[in-house]
Amino acid sequence: MQTISTDVLVIGGGATGLGCVRDLAMRGMRAVLVEKGDLTNGTTGRYHGLLHSGGRYVTKDPQSATECAHENAILRRVMPHCLEDTSGFFVITPWDDPSYGDIFATNCRKTEVPVQEISVAEMLRREPALNPQISRVFEVPDGSADSFLAAHTNALSARTYGAQILTYHRVVELIRTGDHVVAAVVEDLRTSERTYVECGFILNAAGAWAGQIAALAGVKVTVVPGKGTMVAMSHRMVNTVINRCKLPADGDIIVPVHTVAVIGTTDIHVPDPDVYGIEPHEVRLMLEEGEKLVPGFSQYRALRAWAGVRPLYKDQDVANDRDISRTYKLLDHQQRDGVDGIISMVGGKWTTYRLMAKDAVDTIAQRLGNTRPCRTADEPMPVPDFEHRGGNHAGAGAEKLYWLGKPLAAVEEEHAYGDLICECELVSRDRVHAAIASGASNLDDIRRDVRMGMGPCQGGWCIYRTTALLYEQRAQAAENASADRPAFDIEHANAAMLHFLQERWKGLTPVLWGDQLRQARLDELIYVHVLGAHRLSAHAEQGGGLVTDER
Amino acid sequence: MNHIEISLTQSLDHCIKCNVCTSACPVAAVTDKFPGPKYVGPQAQRFRHAGQPVPDDSVDYCSGCRVCNEVCPTGVKIVELNARARAQIVAERGMPLRNRIIARAGVVGRLSSGPHAPLVNFGLSLTPLRWGIEQVMQIHHDAPLPPASSYTFRSWFKKHQPVAGVRKQVVYYHGCSTQYYEPRVGQAAVAVLERNGYEVIIPKQGCCGLPLLSNGDFPAAKGRHMYNVEHLLPYVRRGIPVVGTSTSCTLTLKEEAPELLDLHSQDVRAVAAGTYDIFEFLRNLYEAGELDTNFLPIQREFPYHPPCQLRAHRVGLPVLDVLGLVPGLHLNESHAECCGIAGTYGMKKEKYQIGMDVGAKLFTFVKAADSDLALCDSETCRWQISHGTGIATKHPIEILAQAYGL
Repeated sequence: MQTISTDVLVIGGGATGLGCVRDLAMRGMRAVLVEKGDLTNGTTGRYHGLLHSGGRYVTKDPQSATECAHENAILRRVMPHCLEDTSGFFVITPWDDPSYGDIFATNCRKTEVPVQEISVAEMLRREPALNPQISRVFEVPDGSADSFLAAHTNALSARTYGAQILTYHRVVELIRTGDHVVAAVVEDLRTSERTYVECGFILNAAGAWAGQIAALAGVKVTVVPGKGTMVAMSHRMVNTVINRCKLPADGDIIVPVHTVAVIGTTDIHVPDPDVYGIEPHEVRLMLEEGEKLVPGFSQYRALRAWAGVRPLYKDQDVANDRDISRTYKLLDHQQRDGVDGIISMVGGKWTTYRLMAKDAVDTIAQRLGNTRPCRTADEPMPVPDFEHRGGNHAGAGAEKLYWLGKPLAAVEEEHAYGDLICECELVSRDRVHAAIASGASNLDDIRRDVRMGMGPCQGGWCIYRTTALLYEQRAQAAENASADRPAFDIEHANAAMLHFLQERWKGLTPVLWGDQLRQARLDELIYVHVLGAHRLSAHAEQGGGLVTDER
Repeated sequence: MNHIEISLTQSLDHCIKCNVCTSACPVAAVTDKFPGPKYVGPQAQRFRHAGQPVPDDSVDYCSGCRVCNEVCPTGVKIVELNARARAQIVAERGMPLRNRIIARAGVVGRLSSGPHAPLVNFGLSLTPLRWGIEQVMQIHHDAPLPPASSYTFRSWFKKHQPVAGVRKQVVYYHGCSTQYYEPRVGQAAVAVLERNGYEVIIPKQGCCGLPLLSNGDFPAAKGRHMYNVEHLLPYVRRGIPVVGTSTSCTLTLKEEAPELLDLHSQDVRAVAAGTYDIFEFLRNLYEAGELDTNFLPIQREFPYHPPCQLRAHRVGLPVLDVLGLVPGLHLNESHAECCGIAGTYGMKKEKYQIGMDVGAKLFTFVKAADSDLALCDSETCRWQISHGTGIATKHPIEILAQAYGL
């Protein structure tokens, strides 16, 4: 077993873990991050993409609201390419308590969430699809965020500062010497090789899986995995984040993110963050609630449904999961449980990941005697290679923020329209190549990097094309590399394709009606009837060591 | 975004990305500058946002021929999405001088036609002048500009003696080309309608606005359409049908203008419902047993091209149905997608060659037909066919008038 040595081992490749590993590296600490899947494979890659203004929490969770308001402003400065300035409305529909409007506005002011009431006429001018029966509208600085790109942005910066990031590595053991955690054993899921990681400190940032990690150190942490189901509609019928102006509930928000509009969410306690389904009644509820905001909502094409699990930290008994604070909690296990060398960062939300990382790293820095200040609020982040280079002209002063037309403007600028691999999401061959070169090992990794397969056809046309590119590039790389690089055969390529088809299919099944049913039938004709993909199951079972379905 | 934009945007949801439109698109087949209907239509639409700058330019290479709409298996309104997107570009960036001018067929026609027309035509036949126009105006020096007429259709009609003892009335919508360039088409139409017992009424009318629509000037097009509605409505209200010989003008009155401009008043709908392409109208007469079928035989075969705009009427091919009644006459349908001119598209410097390449299949067909005359319902298509083949073209109504011995 190989041994590596580091100051801090960060567990979890979501927003929090990546924020932590970057902050650690920026302060000059040696840091290694392990993630059992691809980056953002957990909750980070499965949320609706809201950059919170804080408005959702002003009444029930004022501390979270203020944190969100501050972080919102910071993130716009340091990672503009990951954020779209959509703005957000809180609207009072006929189904909501009209008296909450004044409470909401007052609480916004108390929690430093910028708010302004606008007229219904102005709302309809900007968003004509909204329900004209809405009686009051409050505007807040909500936005939408690309959590995949943000993760890779953090990872790129962290690596530049010397951090090491190991994906598809699972923690199998935490080694304690007395009351001190001193090392971890991690396993590469692709090769089954194990590595012994000696470390001064372990930062548990495993989100909904944090309880499982803590248990490896003999510490009890109760994280309630709160399942949130979302439905993506195939185009943006609104370009502003639309929230119901009421206490947070199911199906009360529509987030325009990239080319889709996501309605969310439910909040259902699930015992295991790895085992959950999407129930038809959840999808129905989302569409019914959507109707209240956008009349005719359920007639739009639903693209896909999915769910993520919120890492809600349960301090004491709380009757309703929605009543658990959305703020984060840093658990110092030395003080709490008498176990040194490990802390857990639990709860929180994407918008506050940077603040969570700062707090966690402050604690570790103090413990390790590092006195360098946190700079993540000021230093702008680099843009990963696979991101669009062009298309930056969303108006004066906003050049660097993402805007909806950016991918199209970039393709037009480069005249790349003849070389699109994923046509729905405008992913050119160059960007797929860049994603593979940056380490994407299967099609789902490529999807997270460049949005390949996430559009209306759900991969109907790009899956086989991307498979071919993956095969060409990986087989070539394997040929050029020395013998320790594993071979990449046609079986691996076929397994990757089948794996991804299966992933796409999972999200399609809950919304199989109308246009999407027609689409699924065409996709079936392509993959089953033309390509005979169903005969590749033997290849998929082999998995090729590159396709891990950690379930 | 208004009602029509919402419904158009919703139609993009029907796209299953099948690429049937891209395979059928005559423009994408001949140039890399046009990425195809799927890309510029339902695909690009997901990236457009009324409150943000227009992200794309390539949609301007859509000729508007509507082949994509015809072949789409799921009913996506691709052409309408594209016309809207172009209008957004124009609204944001303004319209080039060239497009402002060629979009105003009526104004250009009024200035060119009349007793001085031979002089205008002579000038336009001079190669150096055409090169000059290309430099200044970006209108291709070889583009098929029609010769202006030395008299206008309306001046002819004023002097025209109507046939006595008629029972029925019909409104004739002549459009700009008949008025200023091809009065003979209108004369033939009047003769045919009178032969069938109609008093032909020619009310005040303006350009249908199609060139403005296809060049993206929606506000001006709206003005044109409402002007026509105002002047046609009194007749439509009395149950008098409106017929036109320009199949693109009639399509605009029926469908294009109301749909693209979001005009859905009762008046607009009444005019749309009361408007007919002339052969559609004549075929209706025939089906009602009211068409005079005493034709002189014409022992000829002609190549016939049903233009894109006629196919968009979704009325089948009424020319074949009606002219098929003429003894001895046989028309060979072109089965070509498009002649390439697409109104003003193929006249533009940067699009001329694309238009010629699109039309190549049709030109080959017409030339192979071994006829000194070809037939087509749309004026700009006739000019393009003549330009591409050197063979004269006529409106089918002229042949029908001939069959009546008129």
